[in-house]
Amino acid sequence: MRSFDYRRAADRTEALSIAGEGRARYLGGGTNLVDLMRQNIEAPAALVDVSRLPDSIEETPTGGLIIGAAVSNSVVAVHPAVRTQYPMLSRALLAGASAQIRNMATIGGNILQRTRCAYFYDVAGSRCNKREPGAGCDAIDGHNRYHAIFGASERCIATHPSDMCVALAALDATVHLLGPGGEREVRLLDFHRLPGEHPEIETVLRPGELITAIELDPSAAAANSRYRKVRDRSSYAFALVSVAAGLEVVGGRIEDVRIALGGVAAKPWRAVRAEGLLRGQAPTRARFLEAADAELAAAKSFHGNAFKVELAKRTVAAVLGELTGADA
Amino acid sequence: MSKLQNAIVGGVRTAMGYVPGNWLPGGTPDPLIERRVTLGTQQSRVDGPDKVRGAAHFAAEVPMEGLLYAACVHSTIPRGRITELDVAAAETAPGVALVMTHRNAPKMAVPPPIGLTNLKAAGNNILPVMQDAEIRWNGQTVAVVLAETQEQADLAASLIKVGYEAAVARTRFEKAKADARTPDSLMIEKNRLKKGDVAVALQAAARSVDAIYRTPWHNHTPIEPNAATIAWKGDRLTVHDATQMLNGTAGSLAKVFGIKESQVYVSSPFVGGGFGGKALWDHQILGAAAAKLAGRPVRIALSRASMVRLIGGRSPTEQRVALAAAADGRLKGLLHHGFSVKPPHSACDEAFTLTSRSLYASESFDVVQHTIDLDVLANTFMRAPGEAPGTFALESAMDELAHELGMDPIELRRRNVPDRNPVSGAPHSQSDVMLAYDLGAKRFGWDRRAAAPRSRREGEWLIGMGCATGSFPYARMPGMTVRITLDGSGHATVSSAAHEMGMGTATVQRQHTADRLGLPLESVTVTIGDTSLPFGSFAGGSSQTASLGAAINAASGKLAVELLRLAGNDTPLAGLRPAEIEFVNGGLRKIGEPSRYESFVSILKRAARDQISVTGVSSAPLEMLKFSMHSRSAIFCELLVSDVTGEVRVDRLVGCFDCGRILNPKTAASQFRGGMIMGIGMALTEEALFDERTGRVMSASIADYHVPAHLDVPDIDILWTDIPDPRTPMGARGIGEIGITGVAAAIANAAFNATGKRVRELPLTPDKFLFA
Repeated sequence: MRSFDYRRAADRTEALSIAGEGRARYLGGGTNLVDLMRQNIEAPAALVDVSRLPDSIEETPTGGLIIGAAVSNSVVAVHPAVRTQYPMLSRALLAGASAQIRNMATIGGNILQRTRCAYFYDVAGSRCNKREPGAGCDAIDGHNRYHAIFGASERCIATHPSDMCVALAALDATVHLLGPGGEREVRLLDFHRLPGEHPEIETVLRPGELITAIELDPSAAAANSRYRKVRDRSSYAFALVSVAAGLEVVGGRIEDVRIALGGVAAKPWRAVRAEGLLRGQAPTRARFLEAADAELAAAKSFHGNAFKVELAKRTVAAVLGELTGADA
Repeated sequence: MSKLQNAIVGGVRTAMGYVPGNWLPGGTPDPLIERRVTLGTQQSRVDGPDKVRGAAHFAAEVPMEGLLYAACVHSTIPRGRITELDVAAAETAPGVALVMTHRNAPKMAVPPPIGLTNLKAAGNNILPVMQDAEIRWNGQTVAVVLAETQEQADLAASLIKVGYEAAVARTRFEKAKADARTPDSLMIEKNRLKKGDVAVALQAAARSVDAIYRTPWHNHTPIEPNAATIAWKGDRLTVHDATQMLNGTAGSLAKVFGIKESQVYVSSPFVGGGFGGKALWDHQILGAAAAKLAGRPVRIALSRASMVRLIGGRSPTEQRVALAAAADGRLKGLLHHGFSVKPPHSACDEAFTLTSRSLYASESFDVVQHTIDLDVLANTFMRAPGEAPGTFALESAMDELAHELGMDPIELRRRNVPDRNPVSGAPHSQSDVMLAYDLGAKRFGWDRRAAAPRSRREGEWLIGMGCATGSFPYARMPGMTVRITLDGSGHATVSSAAHEMGMGTATVQRQHTADRLGLPLESVTVTIGDTSLPFGSFAGGSSQTASLGAAINAASGKLAVELLRLAGNDTPLAGLRPAEIEFVNGGLRKIGEPSRYESFVSILKRAARDQISVTGVSSAPLEMLKFSMHSRSAIFCELLVSDVTGEVRVDRLVGCFDCGRILNPKTAASQFRGGMIMGIGMALTEEALFDERTGRVMSASIADYHVPAHLDVPDIDILWTDIPDPRTPMGARGIGEIGITGVAAAIANAAFNATGKRVRELPLTPDKFLFA
């Protein structure tokens, strides 16, 4: 770990002005960033601690929720409105990390987690385009069990590790940002970038910009939702595949459906194609499988993760089945 | 191990065959088997309170003035030469006191390997340490940085630039099989076993199975990473180590640095989990060398990443097991072949075929294993080396055979369990694995098992039950020495360079000594954990309790002699010979004549002695050659497998152990349970990600190397047969390793019962159940 300055911001304006001074990073719970600094993957000159900004969870005038970026994962997970109106979010948060880490981790930081690809972490011994643009990728022909089946490029096949973001993608959450140029909003679905030629650029965040909040819109599908994470051990492991899904059925037809997949791409993967095939249809197991099949038809797997295609199909169908009572 | 060794061991075995059992150690059953007071009762660990309060200092916590902290730079290629080594930036980095590389490292000898014949050796990776520019495995230390803080050392280490000229490396298991070697012996057994003709038996069999089983590389992940705090005073070396081989480490370091053993002091009163990984590796040598160069004490505490580069793991195995059976299930042929990795610089045979040589009777045997040479860090011992992967293969195959025969898996075992060693004909010292099965089956509710796979389901979850046998051989090490000091107040202190890795060494030997000497527990203190104490053999092979037990027993005999001598003629004991007296009530008494008694206090007082001291040594373990001595277990598992995702969730485990007498139910249950939890890891999650292109371990953190999380561990029920072994001290056999054995097979067998899918490759990750 390199030496760095540490400043605690009293408010957002101060945070921005400190960060504006040089090569600084905002610090939330530090549950990922500090690890990356210890590994010499990240070496910011300064950390601006925004984890103690007085953030909270508030209802919006339209009946949605706005969750301050500094609120901890644990607090969000048990919030009554989150549990009843957005159960997939509560479950996604509780499926992540351990209780101790969830107590430290913040919502803003969670969105900015970086991949857990072992080659990305192996600074001394492995090539990684994300870490060192142009160096090459040792994962493509290496251990890639945890890697992407959607949206990968020849430069990078890493996945985004967040559980929370998968639910946020399905909920079509909005990310509120504050930067030197003022405030703006970005859809969570547009926030993370696919690797393409530049896997080192992971989000649309501009220099000095701070995530201030996420906003959720209410919906019947959000209220009837689930998150399921498939992993190599019962807890404290990243997803092989995860599914966040919500459904609204009216008069025996699917009125609204939201499906997002985790562990399959460099960003939470919204299953737009499957959703399109399901909308207006009767909720049956056969339809669910068909829709999942269609979504996964575009998947491209590698030698270590081919199973993810089948696993994702089955898990999508099972979660939708659970939501509607149709047999998994 | 060599042909010569085979000849010697074989010769002694043959001779032993003619020696009456009662001439041997254990010839007369230990009287403590019948005369137990505190042994067999539940006792809390004597080291527990200090550990809970944080008062127990582990190796990386020993305070020392002027300490420097070490960080390692590891090679990133498996084979070749260092061509460039730029340490300038590191040397001028803040707080740096020294950068050591092969250019300035002191001359050091190659460490002597761990072996059964030299207890003063603890080397695992028998290669030169930082003596040249050669790279011999991916992860070898190419530089050590010493700095005033760990953070400064870590930073400086990251500034070192190393260039290599790569050479062709052997890193692929499959490819290297073509050049596999066949060692003459495995531990003290001859490797190749041929009896009858298995090929013919397989052809003629009513039913047979023949399959390949695979287990992956495993890495050591104890809660306490390997660490040492090291200081030189002139040419005397002090090492506060985390080790299960105190004297071995001292002896090895003496050889490496060309000094006398008496000049090396190793202390390790507490070890945060050993499991085979806490012996001598490069880091103690590098730490001592750097301390010597810097002229200051050094702490070298390995990071989890350095652990996988410098501490060897369990070799992967590929095992073929073929079983031929008659229609009634009796085995006509048993074949167990296979490969494991053992480079020439390794001291560890992963002897996975040993169990197959003793567990079942068979008309014919064909057993042999081969070793593969790769350019890797030496593989090493890990809890139940050999038996852990070996029982996975053999006991999976037995389950497959039971299924083929349409026979209950327990019944199949009952029909094949022999009444003596099926190969040598040696009698068992004690063995009742079927009682373990019967007790375990009852506790588990085996009768609820549906024989047909995929018979039970709750929603998407398929439910299955399975069982398997676990096994580990008995071992008692010769040379283990204890001193018993009895003071004028009648208090006994037992001391030995023995080891406490969390299993309760001092706790149990305090019970033992109290019972042996007829003292209350509070009148006994056990002091272990450093090389100033009488010579200790290693804590390995589940041998320490028996070895200490034998040494204490021997010392107690000498104590009786010494006390009788001191007592003289003016005592109720006058004229008695040692064989006529017993220890009781803090004194000596004539057997069968309670009035002839004198207390220790009285004897010492009359003799005007403050204290007396005697030493006892564990003798040559000839009983191991005369008798077939194994601990066995019956493991039962009930689990769920998702029919959707293939996730396996273990719901219940029962382990019933046949390990002789249990000395302390509390510490024993913890040992068994801990072993079984490790078995869950082996079955479901543990796998080192070895990149065969580069020989590099990619699972270099415990986020990537999955040991079971709490949620993976269900209720585990532990029970035991508690039948004394008349050939062992206290009637007990070792219990440290056996817990892990059989568990992976029981889980895999239960998963087959649940799903109908037979997975023969560990770990049983979800993907392996997805496709038919």
